[in-house]
Amino acid sequence: MMKQTSATKDLIIMLVFIAAVLTAPIWLTPIGANYPDLLQKFAIYGIFAIGFNILFGLTGYLSFGHAVFLGIGSYAAVWSFKLLTMNILPAILFAVMWSGLFSVILGYISLRRSGIYFSILTLAFAQMSYNLAYSVLTPITNGETGLQLRLADPRYIDNMFTKAVSEGIPSTNLFGIKMSGYSGFYFCAVVLIICFWISLKIFRSPFGLTLSGIKSNQHRMKYTGFNPRPYLLAAFVISGMYAGLAGALLAVTDPLAGAERMQWTASGEVVLMTILGGLGTLIGPVIGAGVIKYFENIFSSIGDQNLFEMLSWLPEGMQSIVAYVISPFVGSGWHLTLGLVFMLIVIFLPGGLVSGFSKLASTFRPKKKTPQPVASTVSNASGTKEGE
Amino acid sequence: MENTIFHVDDVEKRFGGLLALSDVDLSVKEGRTHAIIGPNGAGKSTLLNVCVGLIKPDRGTVTFDGELVTGKQPYEINQLGIARVFQTPEIFPDLPLIENVILPVLSRRDGAYKFAPFASLRRDKAMLEEAEHYLEDMGLASQMNNLASALSRGDKRRLELAMCLIQHPRLLLLDEPTAGMARHDTNQTIELLQKIKAGGMTKVIIEHDMHVVFSLADYISVLAQGKIIAEGTPEEVKNDPKVREAYLGEAADDE
Repeated sequence: MMKQTSATKDLIIMLVFIAAVLTAPIWLTPIGANYPDLLQKFAIYGIFAIGFNILFGLTGYLSFGHAVFLGIGSYAAVWSFKLLTMNILPAILFAVMWSGLFSVILGYISLRRSGIYFSILTLAFAQMSYNLAYSVLTPITNGETGLQLRLADPRYIDNMFTKAVSEGIPSTNLFGIKMSGYSGFYFCAVVLIICFWISLKIFRSPFGLTLSGIKSNQHRMKYTGFNPRPYLLAAFVISGMYAGLAGALLAVTDPLAGAERMQWTASGEVVLMTILGGLGTLIGPVIGAGVIKYFENIFSSIGDQNLFEMLSWLPEGMQSIVAYVISPFVGSGWHLTLGLVFMLIVIFLPGGLVSGFSKLASTFRPKKKTPQPVASTVSNASGTKEGE
Repeated sequence: MENTIFHVDDVEKRFGGLLALSDVDLSVKEGRTHAIIGPNGAGKSTLLNVCVGLIKPDRGTVTFDGELVTGKQPYEINQLGIARVFQTPEIFPDLPLIENVILPVLSRRDGAYKFAPFASLRRDKAMLEEAEHYLEDMGLASQMNNLASALSRGDKRRLELAMCLIQHPRLLLLDEPTAGMARHDTNQTIELLQKIKAGGMTKVIIEHDMHVVFSLADYISVLAQGKIIAEGTPEEVKNDPKVREAYLGEAADDE
């Protein structure tokens, strides 16, 4: 890592990343992904996955409860909208603070164990939180319905400056810029870029190296004089805060929060994103998040009816047979497709999509060093060798 | 008089009904290479594990330079200045060699915990140079950027030794540093350890191979069935009839 990652390479990674994110509306148009709602999802789940990768990718501790922090972030943000102001900055601040606080507690408890026990502890905690949000904590979470904005919300700060106008619920904004449509996406994109930069710094820092040391051989770390616990807790809290930030952004783009955001399937999804993209790589989680959210969008929107229409070019008899075979894999059953894709990747590309790209790059340019920066130099501390 | 830097005092350890260590006393003088020998199952490894905090003794204490070692966490013991080489090399297999050596430097410099997520490793040229220098000493510099898992067993041992030495420990514990090595590798390791010995580092070494013991040790304690049965210079131990009977046997005639 020391020799392979020069400052210039990191700069190139950063520049390519910034360019790719900001031009996403252009290059995602051909595959039909250029609309703000989806683009925002890419960015937000990208942030979630980047943060998750700091814990799972660097330390190897697999948390099955990170959606809790996503949920806490959303609730905190919506409460900030309700009580204080529709400006998104305080909402984001509160979300990160609260999720940070909760991750200190959950991390402190769960990190007393490692391996499968750690995963189970986080999973148990997540399900507890989900059930609490769903039932006991209804005054805070509004239970089943989810927390929503109302016209009658106090919004103390907003109302100090402007007279309450009773024309519908105001929309979330950044000092007057409305956070819907493309401005919402570009705000999320800027946050994503900042988050990616922080993650890059962490990967290249002594702190990051210590985390990969813990992943590689915790026994040796202890006999080398490191106390792994605070390092793990720090990584856990950082990833929890990333998740809280992502949760806040979900609320920014669509100001409601529901308990289902905390369900274990949501926690599992971020695990899939990270592994699918490339565990422990810098860019992998963002790619994984994008791919999963894209496929979710495509496949889940195909109902039985459109499926039939899409296959109208087939002969009469074939049409219904093919539709019958495909239909379980689309619509609400799109998780079947996701499962298949996930299995294929784990079996044939254990390093995730990122390792697939670098393999591709090296087949096309066998002699020279792979010049494609995103695919090659992003292999990192976890020791993927494809980069060289 | 050299002063005693490491002291094992009246240590006893039971595993169920088995008495692994009984009334073990050990005084390691500063700057010496102190070997602990004994037949299989004599309790040598248990003793070393007690020394690094892996096993808590049922009775007795271990002190290092006036500080109590017993009851401390392994990382605290390391921070006191005690490094350990394991029987099976404990390295960071998923990291390049250079990072394997940088981690101990970080621990020496920053202590058991330091939160510095925005510091840059790359800019720390002095640390990089030091790490490279230690790899060079072990003849591993050419493989600096390879993953440690790709090393041969002998190289892994050398890497682990470099990882321990770069911490500038005041006491180095070696658990059978030549176990499973070919004769050629063993001789290389002996040379290496002799070089370190010249630097004046205090060492405790557990070893099966008498050739290794007699080429390195200044002082030998013989452990048999959890008890120290003899102590002295290599000459004294070699000629001790009790030791010849209990352990050395034919091996002594070979020397």
